[in-house]
Amino acid sequence: MTEPVSSPRVALLVTCLVDLFRPTVGFATVKLLEDAGCTVEVPLQSCCGQPAYNSGERDHAMAIARTMLDAFEGYDHVVAPSGSCAGMVIRHYPELFAGTEDEARAADLAGRTWELTRYLVEVAGMTTVDARCDATVTIHDSCSCLRETGTREQPRALLASVEGLTLAEATDRDICCGFGGTFAAKYPDISAAMARDKADRLEETGADLALAADLGCLLNIVGTLKRRGSRVEVRHIAEVLAGDLETPAIAEPGR
Amino acid sequence: MTLHQLTSSRFKQQAAKALEDEVLQDNLVKLKGNFLQRRANARESLPEFDDLRDIAVGIKTHTLEHLDLYLEAFENAVEASGGHVHWARDDAEARNLVLAICRAENAKTVTKGKTMVGEEIGLNAYLEANGITPVETDLGEYIIQLAGEPPSHIIAPAIHKNRQQVAELFNDHHPDLADRGPDDVDGLLADARAVLRQRFLKADVGITGANFLIAETGQTVIVTNEGNGDLTQLLPRVHLVVAGIEKVVPSLEDATSIMRILARSGTGQEMSSYTSFSAGTRRPGDIDGPEAFHVVLVDNGRSALLGSPTEEILRCIRCGCCLNACPVYGKVGGHAYGSTYSGPVGAVLTPALAGLAETNHLPNASSLCGRCEAVCPMRIPIPKMLRHLREEEARSGRAPAAARNGLSLWAAFAKRPGLYRWATNLAMCVLAGRAGKRGRFASLPGAGAWTRDRDLAAPQGTSFQTRWKKGERPGTWA
Repeated sequence: MTEPVSSPRVALLVTCLVDLFRPTVGFATVKLLEDAGCTVEVPLQSCCGQPAYNSGERDHAMAIARTMLDAFEGYDHVVAPSGSCAGMVIRHYPELFAGTEDEARAADLAGRTWELTRYLVEVAGMTTVDARCDATVTIHDSCSCLRETGTREQPRALLASVEGLTLAEATDRDICCGFGGTFAAKYPDISAAMARDKADRLEETGADLALAADLGCLLNIVGTLKRRGSRVEVRHIAEVLAGDLETPAIAEPGR
Repeated sequence: MTLHQLTSSRFKQQAAKALEDEVLQDNLVKLKGNFLQRRANARESLPEFDDLRDIAVGIKTHTLEHLDLYLEAFENAVEASGGHVHWARDDAEARNLVLAICRAENAKTVTKGKTMVGEEIGLNAYLEANGITPVETDLGEYIIQLAGEPPSHIIAPAIHKNRQQVAELFNDHHPDLADRGPDDVDGLLADARAVLRQRFLKADVGITGANFLIAETGQTVIVTNEGNGDLTQLLPRVHLVVAGIEKVVPSLEDATSIMRILARSGTGQEMSSYTSFSAGTRRPGDIDGPEAFHVVLVDNGRSALLGSPTEEILRCIRCGCCLNACPVYGKVGGHAYGSTYSGPVGAVLTPALAGLAETNHLPNASSLCGRCEAVCPMRIPIPKMLRHLREEEARSGRAPAAARNGLSLWAAFAKRPGLYRWATNLAMCVLAGRAGKRGRFASLPGAGAWTRDRDLAAPQGTSFQTRWKKGERPGTWA
């Protein structure tokens, strides 16, 4: 007889970009987590504080991050459909709160926080998803997925189970797309030049659909592709894994 | 404290110019493919590469913790082998010390091996202004000397130039030699060699930098791929080494340990073609070597970094690997940075040494992608230090007011999640309404910087948190 496994109580860190620009990614994430056997809750939240942190505004960043420490208290796990926001919590909260009274809380939250695909594969033990996508897809690996949350193979493992999907890997897929949060606003020329390189590499694959696990990168990439009239569509990886292809792809006209 | 000829305050204009320069863009693409792939291959064929990195970091960290002791030991060892050590607090002192040594030797011509510190202190211009002709002997340095430009890359100073541009430079500056076409690589090299050979023989003083200073033995070490460093330090009567104080390591073994990752990281070679150890003056019975050996140790702001949040940048071994990995460097090239040290390492080192007043663009012009840290053989946490410098800028009140105000306004909402949810939902609904069914904006007031080059995807409408609060759950699209 196997032990009854209690369903882990998981909080969704929805990320401000998903919350504001693409709520359907939030719902796709919830579906994936529920399919993986989690009980999902969405505590009231704003932002992880990364824009302030990366702009050198430490006090603002700490004040915002403290609202996150409060919001995510007590959950078994905290999962974000983003390497960037997860990376902020996992890698940078401990540094941000080092030497303060919230040091232990920050370390605790960091230890319970995950990027979505890594959580699904490594914690929830998900090996396949129930989804179909008749397309050739390519993946942009976000810098934070690669270098802050250890996410590279997990999204590929899950995509391999999507029926009809063919993966076409791009060259230079570990190179930044040029978004970088405030970088895109402060140095738009350089950011746009990097984004054009990224769009070139993605188009070269011949893929119909480009995916990433970070909406920041996706907005940058899709904005660049669509400006040049590219036929390549762009989605968050959670949408494909959750089987939501009904929602128009990012920046595509609604019906 | 200023680094020589700093133009970092014009970073934006210099970067814009670089982005429009099609020849430069072509040249930069070539750089990207070469060095980093070779590094990856070299790393793969050395399973203990990452262990060596840890060892190297340990050596440098230990040395920096006891820098005074090792520098004194180095000085004693140099003096014991017949050489002299001179201490320069800043660039002006360093230039004057070098000039004084050259003058004491009645030097007219000096040959120079590649030295980044020499660039940092503006040595060439100073020597020339004082009647001494410096001749760069590293091919890349020689090319940019002819062009009257600073180096654009730490290990490949003329990487921004293609063969056509080099051929034109040589044809202009070598009037006694035949004109060469850009495809005649051997001919171009032969010309440079012929010209430089005469200079080597004429030089009174040979100036080199140093990759390492070995405290135990008093040796200075240079690694090169052309052998020019050897000729620079062996042929003239006097060998003068200019080096930053952070170059010291305790022992010969320490230097050779770090060397195992230096060339692999920079050019992907197992070792550089030439590795030369200089130990004082020619001894009785030696067949060659200088009659006088001087080492000018340059501080120029370095000691002030000890114990500071940017101390770890002093571990840098100038392999240039972070430049090769950096997507920003790959788009704008080294000259845009307006500093001797460009790329990620320069974005930390230049402001750390010269202050943020003229260099505040450098730590900001990064997407913090972390590729530099991932490849750095010395595991220097460059993004962390860029953030620190941004904090310093914010504290100083020098950050642009518009950006700070915008951020403060946004933070005021983000600190109150309930208010944030209400306000952002309203904003997204307005924005989505404005987009209608188009899905994106080709232009949007207030988003000009973004929409000049990119479309902006329209939000879907009601925010996730608002929809969730109203009870909406997955499956509504099915």
